[in-house]
Amino acid sequence: MSTFNESTQLTLNGEPYAIAPGLTAADLVEQLGLGGRRIAVEINEQIVPKSQLAATSLADGDQIEVVHAIGGG
Amino acid sequence: MTQLTNTPLTIAGRNFNSRLLVGTGKYKDFTETGAAIAQSGAEIVTFAVRRTNLGQDADAPNLLDVISPQRYTLLPNTAGCYTAKDAVRTCRLARELLDGHNLVKLEVLGDDHTLYPNVVETLKAAETLLTDGFDVMVYTSDDPIVARELEAMGCCAIMPLGSLIGSGHGIQNPHNVRLIVEQSSVPVLVDAGIGTASDAAMAMELGCDGVLLNTAIAYARDPLRMANAMKLAVEAGRDAFLAGRMPRRQSADPSSPFAGRING
Repeated sequence: MSTFNESTQLTLNGEPYAIAPGLTAADLVEQLGLGGRRIAVEINEQIVPKSQLAATSLADGDQIEVVHAIGGG
Repeated sequence: MTQLTNTPLTIAGRNFNSRLLVGTGKYKDFTETGAAIAQSGAEIVTFAVRRTNLGQDADAPNLLDVISPQRYTLLPNTAGCYTAKDAVRTCRLARELLDGHNLVKLEVLGDDHTLYPNVVETLKAAETLLTDGFDVMVYTSDDPIVARELEAMGCCAIMPLGSLIGSGHGIQNPHNVRLIVEQSSVPVLVDAGIGTASDAAMAMELGCDGVLLNTAIAYARDPLRMANAMKLAVEAGRDAFLAGRMPRRQSADPSSPFAGRING
């Protein structure tokens, strides 16, 4: 495992997205300006409960979905 | 004078006074959404789950600021899902979004031209969701056999289409809707196709327990007034059903007495 990676490569809402290494899911949510917002996070098709965001490290290749409520029938 | 009593609509152990359920899509803005929904008197309100726009203005208003989870029972839908897997993922995201709230509207669509339900995928998704502890209100075709299967699995409400989603074509097969109503022990709601107030009244006169609609209000020229019309139509249709309509006759039957006519 390399410790020299300059960034962690994610797929975020279907798009490539690079973050600084060592960030948690909670850090990512903050970085997106979504801290405290009513959102839900899924990593690699598994729900990450709000209470677990800060304890969840992000790794290269993680597929992340961040969703919210919008108008619909 | 007889007291007119009303029974609440009970879905998965929750009681509701309104039998009109409304969606939050297609409105001009959140102000109109909030006003129309308040006018409709609906207590159960559907919404969709979508990816956040990255880089959006973090202070932009959020649907749930307008449709407060404290005031309304929120019903996340799985609109836009074409597979059981996507529908299940969407429901789990919604449950996380709403802090464990487990009532969902399941819809798994067949294609984007008809938005007709794919019942094979719907059955699969329902099974997984029920095992996972969700209360599942299920959008389905107006096929009474499929409806029976979904009820037997444990879905808490059966929601056959009146006609295609967003089409405004009303209830195209009232006979099937009635068959579903007659055989079901859980609430039956017409979901999709309602175009105007008489369609909503018809659903209730057929004995449905409720009506779910969105476009009929959102795309009316005056959404607030149509929201009011739908509220009244659902109430009127429910009363007409409970009252029991007069029998149909092949010939006329005068309302004024025959006896005592001046030409008699």
